[in-house]
Amino acid sequence: MSNSNKEYLLDFEKPLFELEQKLDEMRTINMTAVDVDLSDQIQALEQRVDELRTSIYKNLTRWQRVQIARHPLRPYTLDYISSLTTNFEELRGDRSYKDDPAIIGGFARFLGSEYGSKDRTIMILGHQKGRDTSSRKHRRFGMPNPEGYRKALRLMKLAARFGKPVVTLLDTPGAFPGLEAEERGQAEAIARNLLEMARLPVPIIVVVIGEGASGGALGVGVGDRILMLENSWYSVISPESCSSILWRSWDHKEDAALALKLTAPDLTRLGLVDTIVEEPIGGAHRNPAMTTQAVGRSIAAALDELGDSSDTDLITRRRAKFDAMGAYDTSGNGKAHSTSEAPNKVATSD
Amino acid sequence: MDWFKRQKKGIQTSLDDQIEVPEGHWTKCAGCAEIINQRELSENLMVCPKCDHHVRIGAIDYFNILFDDKQYTTFDENLHAIDALEFVDRKSYKDRLTDARSKTRMNDAARAAVGNIGGHRTSVAAMDFSFIGGSMGSVVGEIVTRAIRRAHDEKLPLIIISKSGGARMMEGALSLMQMAKTSANLAHYNELGLPYISLLTDPTTGGVTASFAMLGDFHFAEPSALIGFAGPRVIRETMGQDLPDGFQTSEFLQERGFVDSVIDRRQLKNRITNVFDLLITDGNT
Repeated sequence: MSNSNKEYLLDFEKPLFELEQKLDEMRTINMTAVDVDLSDQIQALEQRVDELRTSIYKNLTRWQRVQIARHPLRPYTLDYISSLTTNFEELRGDRSYKDDPAIIGGFARFLGSEYGSKDRTIMILGHQKGRDTSSRKHRRFGMPNPEGYRKALRLMKLAARFGKPVVTLLDTPGAFPGLEAEERGQAEAIARNLLEMARLPVPIIVVVIGEGASGGALGVGVGDRILMLENSWYSVISPESCSSILWRSWDHKEDAALALKLTAPDLTRLGLVDTIVEEPIGGAHRNPAMTTQAVGRSIAAALDELGDSSDTDLITRRRAKFDAMGAYDTSGNGKAHSTSEAPNKVATSD
Repeated sequence: MDWFKRQKKGIQTSLDDQIEVPEGHWTKCAGCAEIINQRELSENLMVCPKCDHHVRIGAIDYFNILFDDKQYTTFDENLHAIDALEFVDRKSYKDRLTDARSKTRMNDAARAAVGNIGGHRTSVAAMDFSFIGGSMGSVVGEIVTRAIRRAHDEKLPLIIISKSGGARMMEGALSLMQMAKTSANLAHYNELGLPYISLLTDPTTGGVTASFAMLGDFHFAEPSALIGFAGPRVIRETMGQDLPDGFQTSEFLQERGFVDSVIDRRQLKNRITNVFDLLITDGNT
């Protein structure tokens, strides 16, 4: 890890960071001092670093994954657009009230040929967070107002009119809980998107790239394929809010993260996610380029599976996909229904 | 207008269907603090005769108010929630379910029925706040979805009565996906050209508002109901200021254009019947 990441170091990354620093020092000494040879020690330390990294990242708690999903150096929607597409033509505004910078989108040329498929025009849109204080405020921390959802819907309908597939990237701590958002119908805007996305006559691929908080995420999250990055989270509520409501205190966010079963492997077990996109070891922020490429390969594969054009069965299959989601017991016939029996795939990042 | 005079025989509440009211019991109205006779309140469809405050009522109460001669068939009463997440907070979800079932004698927070309303056979789903705050998990989502599908397959008009704190936390993302599932089925139902009336009652918030409750062809709301997406406390914390009077009420939503009509519970059946008469039998009753 480079030193520039130090200020963003997560607690559980610290022992690894310290060891890596020591390794860097030894390498420097080995290179500059003529009379010492530390090769053996360096090799041993490298092995220890590898082992520690593996043991940390293969045994992440759910709360640790939430922290990785929120890492400020994690790739955001615009990073995916710039690395996976060319010729991005951004579209702004809901044509009714205003633009919302918390959701960004437009037509672009997806570089599918680099990921085992073909280049094609897509509509790509998603939540956008900021990188510094002023852009975070400008983008409202990726929390859309109703006009953001209405803009997204306008863009998706435009995609349908031109017969282009839609790719949506989910990364939000939730829809903005503000007074004006309520006045302008936050709930109606999200609800409308759920209904319209369910019947959009072009393929929709949804990728949870960071935080998938509740209706604020689902508002651009109905599709034919649901992909989830290995260290993203997706649930009905954030661990903090869940803690505040059920424990009546903000102190139980780790317990809440555990209880909510909000990770990609959890959602796969529950039958709610089709593909887990593996991240580089250490998380997406450690190697953003590798992460965006892994996502690119998964999008390319999903687009190939679904085909370019609209399909008469597409909407029926999409509805059936969501119809199957749920876990309940029909004690009448003694058979429990659960989506968790559905088969799932894991996409690898190598 | 005379609130006490019933215009149709169908909404007369017979004694055996009344919300358990032993004679001679009195209650203090939460709206005006007047002392009211329980039986009088019940006969008035649980609307305070003094101040028109609408007391929260259950799914069965709405069925009895709406269906002609209180005749209806219920569906999907065999659906039971399961604890797929093994969710534990200060109490386990399993225990919450057990307690809620024994307290309410319901399986979950919604019921579905089919019957006639003003002579129109109608598919109805109604939520019940007494079961874990009317929250929507897999069972509620499935009951609502099946009520929509039933309306679609039998070509019936549809009513969904919302009364909910939102999606149920204890089923995590499974609850969240019920929003998409119900909405997708409404998209399918929309193709038929039959009316879907969404009735919003106190309270309708969170994931229920942000899915089927806001997707009606008609949005009817009971007076002074709390209706919103985010809870008032969360918004207050976000804004760092007090919220204006009447914010997130039925009347506020009507003014902002998200509710068509705020309707007194005692007029509900007539107004619904009117919509069905206008659209299904082309005005000929």
